[in-house]
Amino acid sequence: MSYIQLNGITRRFGNVTAVDNLTLHIEKGECFSMLGPSGCGKTTTLRMVAGFEDIDEGEIRVGDRLLSSHKENFYLPPEKRDFGMVFQAFAVWPHMSVFENIAFPLRLRNLSADEIRSRTTEALRNTNLLDDADISPMDLSGGGKQRVALARALALNPDVMLLDEPLSSLDPHLREEMRFEIKDLQRKFGFSILYVTHDQSEAMALSDRIMVMRAGHVEQIDTPLNIYRKPASKFVFSFIGLSNFLKVVKSGDAVKPTGSDDAVNLPAPADVFGQSSAAVLASRPSEIDFGDDGHVRGLVKRRTYLGEIVDYAIVVGDQEVRVQKTARSPGPGPGETCGLKFLYPHWYPE
Amino acid sequence: MATITLKDIRKSYGSHTVLDGLSLTINHGECFTLLGPSGCGKTVLLRLIAGFETPDAGTIAIGDQVVTDSTTGTDLPPNDRGLGVVFQDYAVWPHMTVFDNIAYPLKLAKVPPKELKERVMEAVNQVNLTDLEQRLPSQLSGGQQQRVALARALVARPPLMLLDEPLNNLDANLREEMRFEIKELQKRLDITILYVTHDQEIGLAISDRLAIMDHHGNIRQIGTPQDIFETPADDFIFRFMGVSNFLRVSYKDNLIRVGEQNADIGIPPPSPGEWMLGCRPSEIDLAKEGPGIGGIVKRASFLGATMDYLVEVDGVPLRVIQDTHQAFDGGKLLQENQPCRIAFHAVHWFKPGADSPASNGETTP
Amino acid sequence: MNTSVSNSPALRKTRSFGAGEVLLVISIAILVIVVVVPVALIFFNAMWVPGKGFNITDIVDVLSEPETYEALTNSIIIACGTTTMSTIVGTFFAWLVTRTDIPYKSFMKMLFLVPFMLPSFIGALAWKMLLNERIGYINNWLRSLYDVIGIADGPVFNIYSFHGIMMVETMYLFPFVFIQVSGALERMDPTLEESARISGASLFTITRKITIPLVLPSILSGALLIMLYSMAHFGTVAVLGVQVGIINIPYLIYQHIHQSAGSFAAIRTGTVLAAVLVVTAAIIMWTQNKILSRGRYQIIGGKSFRPVEVKLRGLRIPLFVFSIAYIGFTIALPTITIFLVGGLKTYGLPLVLENMTWDNYHRALFVNPQTQRAIWNSVSLGLSAAVITMFAGVIISYVIVKMKVRGKGILEFLGMLPFSVPGSVIALGVILAWGGGHTIPFTGIQINLYNTVWIILVAYIARYMALSLRANSAALEQVHDSLIEAARACGAGMAQSLRDVVLPLVRPGMIAAFFLIFLPALRELTVSVMLYGTNTRTIGVEIYVLNEDGATVESAALAGIALLIIISGQVIIERLTGVRAK
Repeated sequence: MSYIQLNGITRRFGNVTAVDNLTLHIEKGECFSMLGPSGCGKTTTLRMVAGFEDIDEGEIRVGDRLLSSHKENFYLPPEKRDFGMVFQAFAVWPHMSVFENIAFPLRLRNLSADEIRSRTTEALRNTNLLDDADISPMDLSGGGKQRVALARALALNPDVMLLDEPLSSLDPHLREEMRFEIKDLQRKFGFSILYVTHDQSEAMALSDRIMVMRAGHVEQIDTPLNIYRKPASKFVFSFIGLSNFLKVVKSGDAVKPTGSDDAVNLPAPADVFGQSSAAVLASRPSEIDFGDDGHVRGLVKRRTYLGEIVDYAIVVGDQEVRVQKTARSPGPGPGETCGLKFLYPHWYPE
Repeated sequence: MATITLKDIRKSYGSHTVLDGLSLTINHGECFTLLGPSGCGKTVLLRLIAGFETPDAGTIAIGDQVVTDSTTGTDLPPNDRGLGVVFQDYAVWPHMTVFDNIAYPLKLAKVPPKELKERVMEAVNQVNLTDLEQRLPSQLSGGQQQRVALARALVARPPLMLLDEPLNNLDANLREEMRFEIKELQKRLDITILYVTHDQEIGLAISDRLAIMDHHGNIRQIGTPQDIFETPADDFIFRFMGVSNFLRVSYKDNLIRVGEQNADIGIPPPSPGEWMLGCRPSEIDLAKEGPGIGGIVKRASFLGATMDYLVEVDGVPLRVIQDTHQAFDGGKLLQENQPCRIAFHAVHWFKPGADSPASNGETTP
Repeated sequence: MNTSVSNSPALRKTRSFGAGEVLLVISIAILVIVVVVPVALIFFNAMWVPGKGFNITDIVDVLSEPETYEALTNSIIIACGTTTMSTIVGTFFAWLVTRTDIPYKSFMKMLFLVPFMLPSFIGALAWKMLLNERIGYINNWLRSLYDVIGIADGPVFNIYSFHGIMMVETMYLFPFVFIQVSGALERMDPTLEESARISGASLFTITRKITIPLVLPSILSGALLIMLYSMAHFGTVAVLGVQVGIINIPYLIYQHIHQSAGSFAAIRTGTVLAAVLVVTAAIIMWTQNKILSRGRYQIIGGKSFRPVEVKLRGLRIPLFVFSIAYIGFTIALPTITIFLVGGLKTYGLPLVLENMTWDNYHRALFVNPQTQRAIWNSVSLGLSAAVITMFAGVIISYVIVKMKVRGKGILEFLGMLPFSVPGSVIALGVILAWGGGHTIPFTGIQINLYNTVWIILVAYIARYMALSLRANSAALEQVHDSLIEAARACGAGMAQSLRDVVLPLVRPGMIAAFFLIFLPALRELTVSVMLYGTNTRTIGVEIYVLNEDGATVESAALAGIALLIIISGQVIIERLTGVRAK
């Protein structure tokens, strides 16, 4: 049986259904990310697990504990759930020292002074904050503040860690560093992570599995590699990295990009066309080669040098396809025609 | 003609010297970017040209007209310099409609109403704001507000436009779209653009030429995007233009050594001695075995389109990026703590020690 | 090398005496005339004895008089008591409307701001009518109640006491704390509380350990504002304390001014008292700045979710009823009492319909030239003071916020002064400066505005300058420099960009400043009471004097009229501009 279970949970705000009948099973020690654009319901889901939001349908269990159940009208308040949680805006308390911030959850549990000191010190050590124990968290950088928040969440040695966009307020290079620190701490302590983010590379780098959400629904739950290589829908494809969607229309046996007379020189799966005769050929700019044996032909509208890569805008029919190649590989100049070869084509219904 | 000529510009605030004798010429019709870290004085330079600040010394000429000359006391106010300025925070006037914002420079120039209307509508269409001209700025998105600012700067047809990080507050997609739009407008209208930014990607994408400035307000290198990226004058520029790896090597008797091992690098340093090898994460070819230098994979993370590795060579961490498909389909995927070999597509050679002069920066066979 | 270049004569030429310097000089001149000179003259007169030169012994003499000593202690006792009570009441209600699930929150929030627009000395009048020990309506009602249930000599409340004064001041001053604290609670990042909750803290612990400590700076800054106000406040003590011998510093100053009848010698004692007030106020301001600069936590930010809400459950409706009852008892009841008493044929008659008449109102508005003049004086003084102060405030704020000119530091310092000078001090200073006691240096001209309406106008301008500066600087800070620079780059000159960009954008701030001054000026008492002459009584003074003369019903009728003007003014503003008076 899975460790964290969300069974058919629904949350409504007025007329809006923020999360719609979501069922989710997460294993002990797993790092599970919820990825999606803002308003997709990922944060609401996390807050329901934390206990800050009621649930309108379904139940939430962790291990053998029932946390929330609509049917039984049961709701365990957040302070009794014993989770660690880290928020986007740090949420460290400015009127307490770093040490006191971290000792706070321990003090609430009536531990002995010695134990509080040793466990706080341990949490400080694990987050490289030993030297900063007595200063105000306001004197720390963004990364430092977020470490305090992490240490505070760690102090109780929780089984479940809830992370709500914990790295979004940090600058990019720090974000990367903290990502690895979180991963290292997880390896060391073995807690499960529920991670909310809108940054796909963050989710990819950290997670064992990723759930891509859209408007309260699950689009795909899978490993990072499968999310990237086998996106279940056009939405998932578009959400993970740069994407081209070439609209094509089936006329007779030929499949043509709109506004073009040349057929796409690629076999299209029959089922994507469905009722309408239109479909979408999805590709990533870095997964297209130039060559005379290309699947479509186009005209180079723009060529932009970006250092490591060169960015091309290619007009195909009445659409534009982006191609990105390393600066080392040769490519056509502006105004030239060229063939485009899709190395990893994906087809989706229109 | 809107050639900008700056001579021996000095500017300090209190005891802090921002610019110390800077000279620069920007040619008519080019898109010129001042690129540098924050606090390098690039914005001060733009504000000096616009006339919002007065230099302590030096002269500034726009075309044939000297606008600032500290020896004669000439200092033309900004409203008499005939230029368009776009600010980072848009600076569209919240109490005026889009139309009124854009019409303002023409009203000041006493353009007759009929012509004014035509020219405003032309500018509105140029920046793709058609049908939004009666809106108030608060009813527009950030990108649309920035277009209003752009149209307002363009409408009086100034030969020179100054853009101060105009795309900073926009999200990534919009930023990309807008930088193409700015570039297209510049070419179509044949105007000079001075663009100030700290974002090297925008700098490379938009510029005909760039000047790279350092923290002391000095210009380190001026050149085309390709010059700057591929033959950086020194390691500061190399570092600034993207994620960079450095490795110390010694070159003696035609042998390149990294720490204790002999390195097979292919592109030797220009002369014997101690050198810093600089390379980009994507210029490294990572393999389980093969030529190059031996290292060990410290960290491997999957980022979607790429695998991101941290490889340690002789105690020095190097960042390596590998194409996901190559890694998984080409059998090149490496695990953490696995020994590996690294070879280089391209390297740049720098003299060790900070701020060293440039040497050879050559691309691969 | 660099310095030698920037100091070359050629460069100095470019920094000529421009519009910036002109505005700076104008701004400094305004502040010097309306604030600096009066305050300086107070200190000068307190220490300078004609013929004897500087003399500290006189100060010591004045201060060691038992009368002064007692007034000072009274002022401090009343200020401390009022501050403590207001802080508790204000913080509690702020917490109630921002952190609990009490119903009709936004309505409740508005309700708690109502006391702000009502003058506390009118409240004091009403409470005198309700809780006068012998004849107060409530006390009468209590006695009849005791009779029914058979208790002889049951306890009644005597409003003529320290308790009474502090109670009435608390009723009208607690919004200072309420506004500060509810603002801080609303802006506070909810995750600060949520993270305590997920750490295992109960709501009670969170309130005690997290919420209260984080809003403590706001609580204290509101509390100090109340203390400042109470120390220098004339009306309540004058109405409720003097009869039983409780006088405070402002009342003492008032006594000295009026005993002196314009004569200079007697005013000297007043100057020493005023100096004491200024010093106290300065200490309070200094403490406040100290607390604010140290305790300005970054508690704002983050994704905005609904904050942790305390579920009041069984207490929800009782607390709601309590809040409504509190406002009803402290605001509605006295206000209604004023209107009813204003309609009585004679004071002391029971409040029944056959004792009622419109006569008092009719006379105040259409017959009695004295009250008519008072209304006219207050309206014209309020309008002029508001307009003048509004424009002066814009100019000064513009120089402080937007301009880069040398010597701005002086202006910034002078701009702080109006905030820290109590009204009664301003009044006395204005008498010294414009009451004909001094000749303007080098000119030989002596200006004597004493007993004219002009001296009150000058005092109003000084008194309300702080409000105007605050509203206008806040508005100007919203106008980012680049908006002005964009206009310059478009080809607009300095003046043109002011007209086209700056003025339209600060207009809401100016309008706010106008009403922030006009409405309080209508009911002003502390300053006017020190400066009035026979023909220059304002509404506040007229109400006060009528009451002192025992014309209670006439006084109540005029107070009723004043309340009507203020309330309708307030409603019109809210309708017109949406600007809420603060």
